[in-house]
Amino acid sequence: MRTKWALAAAGWMAAGAMFFPLLWMFLTSFKTEITAVATPPALIFKPTLDNYAAVLERADYAQFAANSVVVALGSTLLALAVAIPAAYSMAFFPTRRTRGVLLWMLSTKMLPAVGVLVPIFLLWRRFGLLDTRIGLVLINSASVLPIVVWMLFSYFREVPREILEACRMDGATPREELFHVLLPLSKPGITATALLSIILCWNEAFWSLNLTTVRAATLTVFTASFSSPEGLFWAKLSAASTLATAPILIFGWISQRQFARGLSFGAVK
Amino acid sequence: MTRQRHRVRTGPLMTPAVGMLLVWMIVPLLMTLWFSAQRYNLLDPGGTAFAGLENYRDLVTGRALWVAMGNTLLLVGAVLAITLAGGTLLAVLLDREFPGRNICRLLVIAPFFVMPTVSALVWKNMLMNPVFGLIAWITRSLGLGAPDFFATAPLAAIILIVAWEWTPFAVLILLPALQSLSKEQREAARMDGAGAAAMFLHVELPHLRRPMAVVAMIETIFFLSLFAEIYVTTAGGPGLASTNLAYLIFQDALFEWDVGLASAGGVVAIALANVVAIFLMRVVGRTLEAER
Repeated sequence: MRTKWALAAAGWMAAGAMFFPLLWMFLTSFKTEITAVATPPALIFKPTLDNYAAVLERADYAQFAANSVVVALGSTLLALAVAIPAAYSMAFFPTRRTRGVLLWMLSTKMLPAVGVLVPIFLLWRRFGLLDTRIGLVLINSASVLPIVVWMLFSYFREVPREILEACRMDGATPREELFHVLLPLSKPGITATALLSIILCWNEAFWSLNLTTVRAATLTVFTASFSSPEGLFWAKLSAASTLATAPILIFGWISQRQFARGLSFGAVK
Repeated sequence: MTRQRHRVRTGPLMTPAVGMLLVWMIVPLLMTLWFSAQRYNLLDPGGTAFAGLENYRDLVTGRALWVAMGNTLLLVGAVLAITLAGGTLLAVLLDREFPGRNICRLLVIAPFFVMPTVSALVWKNMLMNPVFGLIAWITRSLGLGAPDFFATAPLAAIILIVAWEWTPFAVLILLPALQSLSKEQREAARMDGAGAAAMFLHVELPHLRRPMAVVAMIETIFFLSLFAEIYVTTAGGPGLASTNLAYLIFQDALFEWDVGLASAGGVVAIALANVVAIFLMRVVGRTLEAER
């Protein structure tokens, strides 16, 4: 019994320490700019929603948020559309090359983004893709594609083969088999994969910071703009950050187990 | 049965995914290699000329590459050590039964889902600011003075931030791995008289070896391209003190507009990543085989 409470104390202390910076950000978002920088730090204060109002009133905030939503959803949809047929093919009609292809797909993830920054920047400039949503969607979908394929592949393989073979006996074409049997059966797996992809695209910073400036800039770029010296508005920064973080954090909490599976490329189930 | 299976042509199913990745990987890779052998500056209207190994020579003889390389390796090494040690401890802790364990688990993994620009700014402004920051207030109250992290130890400050972001990732992978350890295995160890320490050293730790290798390698790949945290906190400074390879290439490319030099840096980064990748592929390949 004693050890149980000692464990609980250790666990809660560790959890509190890890979560504290986020809690502090959340609290600060309800302070005025003056209480936000008060020394000693204000623990008890009159909460205000002014910061949220101020952030939401900014005309450009809506645009940054819309860009984030469009880019995250667009990249995820494109990646799913390309990955589902491939994962289906590899899970149910494996050939001698399947293992090699899977490993090769994983290997594309090993290419550090910074190694190809220059050519991508020049190509995007050449084709007018700089600072466009479609430009970011293309990059993001290609960079999550290996993870999406791997996750779908591992979910599809859990679908009993007999079900698909029975459909085939009944004369279903591969297309019908895919759309009317496999996809409905693996809906939870596809949802988890989509969530993971949305989270990764939402938080993506390297390409957003380097390839967008204003028109297609996402919330990662917006929050980064608070790093300039004249942008020392902590309460507003906190409010903007809380708004940008909260939905994704909730998605992350929901899909934490799938995250382990997707990001370890099946090494952990 | 086999006759039926042959009717499915896998080519059209695979082509979009394979094609997309092929273009995404091969085209920029070849371009980086090509540019790295060119004298090519976007500010110079003279166009391009073949430079051979000139860019590499400039890189290797300059100081910046070596400083950046050292910073990169230090950053990767330090964050790996902290996240693996911290992640293992937290995973072992959260694997035990105690009241509120599931809530603790959610709180511990939360930092991983926060966008890197937000994490870095929260730490830089609200926690580590030498005047108004919370840490400065605590150390001042203890009579220790207020440290200016980003001026005196910028790399250490960035290591701390990145470790905070990625320790949850280690927990995310290691905790399920630990929970897959069967009750029988633990029971057997307990029957043999293993205490908590022996259980950790001889049962849990060996079981975590492969997931830990996976965590280490995935983190390494991400850390080699670490950018946003440096971009919003120190911008690589003071001087080159917190410039890593990724930030150096970014500066060469988008400040100096020196395409040739930046590309040569890119090739170095790719070579570094490849060393890690070879090991990662081997581990994951083995997992694939073990499943069959």
